[in-house]
Amino acid sequence: MSSELPIIQCDGVSFAYGEAPVLTNVSFTVQPLDAVSLVGPNGGGKSTLLKLILGLVTPQQGTITVFGTSPQQARSRIGYMPQHLQYDADFPVSVLEVVLMGRARPGWGGLGRYSRTDRSRCLQFMAELGVETLAAASFRDLSGGQRQRVLIARALACEPELLLLDEPTANVDPAVELQFFEILKQLSHRVTVMTVSHDLGFVSQLVDRVFCVNRELRIHPTSELTGELIREMYGADIRMVRHDHCCGEEGHSHDGIF
Amino acid sequence: MTEFFRALMAPDFAFLRYALAAGLLAAPAFGLIGTYVVVRRMSYLAGAIAHCVLGGIGAALYFQARYDLSWLSPMFGAIVAALAAALIIGLVSLRCGERIDSVIGAIWVLGMATGIMFLAKTPGYVDPMSYLFGDILMISRSDLLTIIGLDLIVITLGILSYNRMLALCFDEEFARLRGLQAEISFLLLLCLTALTIVLMVRVVGIVLVIALFTLPAAAASQFSRRLWQMMIWATLITMLSVIGGLAASYGPDLPSGPAIVMVAGAIYLLIMVGRALKSRLR
Repeated sequence: MSSELPIIQCDGVSFAYGEAPVLTNVSFTVQPLDAVSLVGPNGGGKSTLLKLILGLVTPQQGTITVFGTSPQQARSRIGYMPQHLQYDADFPVSVLEVVLMGRARPGWGGLGRYSRTDRSRCLQFMAELGVETLAAASFRDLSGGQRQRVLIARALACEPELLLLDEPTANVDPAVELQFFEILKQLSHRVTVMTVSHDLGFVSQLVDRVFCVNRELRIHPTSELTGELIREMYGADIRMVRHDHCCGEEGHSHDGIF
Repeated sequence: MTEFFRALMAPDFAFLRYALAAGLLAAPAFGLIGTYVVVRRMSYLAGAIAHCVLGGIGAALYFQARYDLSWLSPMFGAIVAALAAALIIGLVSLRCGERIDSVIGAIWVLGMATGIMFLAKTPGYVDPMSYLFGDILMISRSDLLTIIGLDLIVITLGILSYNRMLALCFDEEFARLRGLQAEISFLLLLCLTALTIVLMVRVVGIVLVIALFTLPAAAASQFSRRLWQMMIWATLITMLSVIGGLAASYGPDLPSGPAIVMVAGAIYLLIMVGRALKSRLR
């Protein structure tokens, strides 16, 4: 029944912060079990698009529906991993407690302790991401990559049908990036995954379609990604990217794309 | 010191036992709410609520004396004013956005000014000092019962909403996305803060009460690895400060409210210095 509905339907959406337009006339559809990545330059509107899908901001023009309803109503079915945590670096909390926050419920039922099922489900998701041994550790003692995995586990703890990951490979070293790659690949078989990434090399092997977001949105199947296309999307930014990659003559893994 | 403990046992020093009981009973509420106040960085809001309490106390004393309303006790006025201030300050900080500190500062001062006005016009002599800095001689048996009642409310609600508050304090955006009512929880937290302030008005007064929110919890945060540990340690530090402050002030006849706060400050300093030394030795 609900599998007939697209997961996200976005029609002619425009959004501006005050006078400054961030997104203009954005339209796309995401079907169940699509694996999609949003790429584009900083300030191009990737994070704003995620916020629109989450219903944290509303478009000035156009409509966006998630699971056939408003983003606000669909929220409980979305798992979200933010790029930055706006939290106190010293906050005294355990890893398991953080993951359990994905099980938080509104209303009277959410008062009091988490149930045994909540705990065992969380430990299960943590095992899937290889962080179950960290359950009793303090969140503040974790490395960047461990934190990222714990936050993905928290998003999974919501048992979402749509997973939004904002820069999952930010602050992560290449070895961990490879692990992430495998994890995300596994996940994309059972939930619809939408990733925001700077890193085209990372996402192109993982997803079916790339949404290039730079004020406007263009959709490309990953097979189409060429240097020309990327140059066109990023405009002036490409110089910087190329400069980066010129250095990697000894076989940087992303060379094929650029 | 020994003099203090002997006085505690003496039958005609009931006030001292009341003061100690009031302080120890209020400690868990302070540990619990103080921890939230520290991790959510809302000590400024707590300060504003505390000062508005004087408005309620002043109004209660004035109308009680003027219109002979015996039920209108200062404690009652304090509770009403604290809750009203909590709701106003909460709504203002949710709606106002920018320049919120100016608005809160104005509410802080206006609440206090109202209280001083009422106290000045109250028939008979009322010493504002005893409300500003506490006066353990004024603690009565009925105050103790009020303290127990408020304590139970604060602790029960605090424990029930622990997980929710933890999620909101740690990552409010994520908690909102899970459907948690961030605004309602924030207002609830401010109301619990308001009730907790009233618990200690008699013992340390409205000016010094903020120190008991922040000092024990900030000291506890130095060695706590979980929020609930921070609450327990903050409670114990508050209890220690109450006992230490009362004992230290009894002999030389010092004001006990400031003595309690000084002990809390000394504990905080010792812990900070100890931690700095420890990290240097490593």
